[in-house]
Amino acid sequence: MTMASMARKYEARKVTPKEERQATSAMIASLAAEGYDTVSAPFGQALVQAAKADERIVGLTADLGKYTDLHILGNEMPDRFYQMGMAEQILMSAAAGMAREGFIPFATTYAVFASRRAYDFIAMAIAEENLPVKICCALPGLTTGYGPSHQATEDLAIFRGLPNMTIIDPCCADDIMGMVPAMIEHNGPVYSRLLRGKVPSVLTRHKPDYKFELGKAQMIREGKDALVISTGFMTMRALDAAEQLAKDNVDVAVLHCPTIKPLDVETIVAEASKGGRLVITAENHTKVGGLGEAVAGALLTNGVAPKFRMIGLPDEFLEAGALPTLHDMYGLSVSKVVEQIKGWL
Amino acid sequence: MTVDDRAPARSNVSLARRAWNIRRKALLMGEVQGQGYIGQALGIADVLAASYFHALDYRADEPEWEGRDRFLLSIGHYAIALYAVLMEAGILPEEELETYGMDDSRMPMSGMASYTPGMEITGGSLGHGLGIAVGMGMGLKRKKNPAFIYNLMSDGELGEGSTWEAAMSGAHHKLDNLICLVDFNDQQADGKSTEMLCSEPLGDKWEAFGWFTQRVDGNDLDAVVAAMDAARNSDHNGPRVIIFDTTMCKGVPFLEAREITHFVRVDADEWGKALDVLEEGKPA
Repeated sequence: MTMASMARKYEARKVTPKEERQATSAMIASLAAEGYDTVSAPFGQALVQAAKADERIVGLTADLGKYTDLHILGNEMPDRFYQMGMAEQILMSAAAGMAREGFIPFATTYAVFASRRAYDFIAMAIAEENLPVKICCALPGLTTGYGPSHQATEDLAIFRGLPNMTIIDPCCADDIMGMVPAMIEHNGPVYSRLLRGKVPSVLTRHKPDYKFELGKAQMIREGKDALVISTGFMTMRALDAAEQLAKDNVDVAVLHCPTIKPLDVETIVAEASKGGRLVITAENHTKVGGLGEAVAGALLTNGVAPKFRMIGLPDEFLEAGALPTLHDMYGLSVSKVVEQIKGWL
Repeated sequence: MTVDDRAPARSNVSLARRAWNIRRKALLMGEVQGQGYIGQALGIADVLAASYFHALDYRADEPEWEGRDRFLLSIGHYAIALYAVLMEAGILPEEELETYGMDDSRMPMSGMASYTPGMEITGGSLGHGLGIAVGMGMGLKRKKNPAFIYNLMSDGELGEGSTWEAAMSGAHHKLDNLICLVDFNDQQADGKSTEMLCSEPLGDKWEAFGWFTQRVDGNDLDAVVAAMDAARNSDHNGPRVIIFDTTMCKGVPFLEAREITHFVRVDADEWGKALDVLEEGKPA
């Protein structure tokens, strides 16, 4: 919590009238579709499809099968599903052991628990051995209003420092369904963030021939005034913001960068070098050690120094509450993205 | 497969001599570096001799043979002991003994899977081996591979919560192909294990977790062998553990007598003296 919210601990609050209330988003809730078509449980569906074609694929979870859509695999192929209980250290160690015996384990939990509680096991049992364990984690960044215990605001920073680890932050159902086969094809450990439940299909609406490619950033929208380099669901917010800004004759390009590591430096440097545009990174993650700093480092080491700004979460433990409120508070909502870009241009 | 079909069991070299050879090689490696976890190596030599020359099935010329029993060294700093037995078993060439801990050696001070044939996992971050063993046990069962997994861990690792997650998990998944070997020498970095974070009554704990549990003198070869056989042949529908009470520095009395023995200080002139003392007790 912030110092300000702590100081208000003993301050009585007024009850909001019923029609104005915004409830805390439950953890099982889907990310609001926000006008897009949705796909139900894209991760679970894609994994079942892959598992039917490849006997090496197994799924393990630490009491969060339903909350990571792994229950789809458990229901359809119970023999491939391992419930490890609420024990993230054995989840990761056992996944490592199964990978040693030739399997491709998908291990699921929440992003906070994988990155904070099980880190040593991911580092030494999985990453150091370069084993093909696929760690898929729900509740990335600010996607729950439950407060810091469930808000994985620094998971990308933690895993970026880990050698051998490939990191993916998917935008939407299109990315998730594309990344599952790509993760299997990649012979090594992968950490991916997950969106679960009814997940919007965003990228193919803006770019009908969009296909996820591991390690590739892709231009979703061209624009001459500013270039937003975004990852995760912030690409959805960037695209929606770009549509609004277009009405005010502000022309914004969006480069979607779902693979955080290895970063597609070539595309990022090429796009950031074009036409003196304001370059903005946008991520659902602390500005410390995430996409923004990775892009900044890539640009500077390649001698490219555009006007540069970052959209992301502050270096704070975040508040509890309703997601729309929190996204407004921390600058991730469409209106706040629009406001920030306008202010910088 | 019966016990007698296993290749290493056919040798006519006595287990006592194997254990002695392991101790000697470990001392020679210690002498090379002038340091090393020699106390642990001398203490666990009998268990390793019984493991590699009685219990385990493996092919010395094919360390990754799919049918092998897997032996995981969770305690990375016991590498000196495992290198000694891997050399004794012909998996590592004895000619490389003097590279121990040197640059570009296949035998670094802490055991790592990527460096050494026969080293199944990277140990050292303690409390990892048993969890990996659980996953391998699950994997072997999926493959209908009848091999066993042995995980050698220290009493210090009993303090790690991950050990107990793995213990619960091994029993939950009914892993009757999993045998955990606990070296109880009652020493860890800051002193006696039982005074750091007491794990007693240890046998009761494992039993309560659903493991077939035995506790024997880890420096009594007959007792070690009998426990190894019982662990393998038990009809218990779950994992097995053997707690070995061992004596640090076993076989070199003047080192056994040292008070602080987690990282035994051995002066330059004492390695030769230790080898001489060992020589006096050489078995047939």
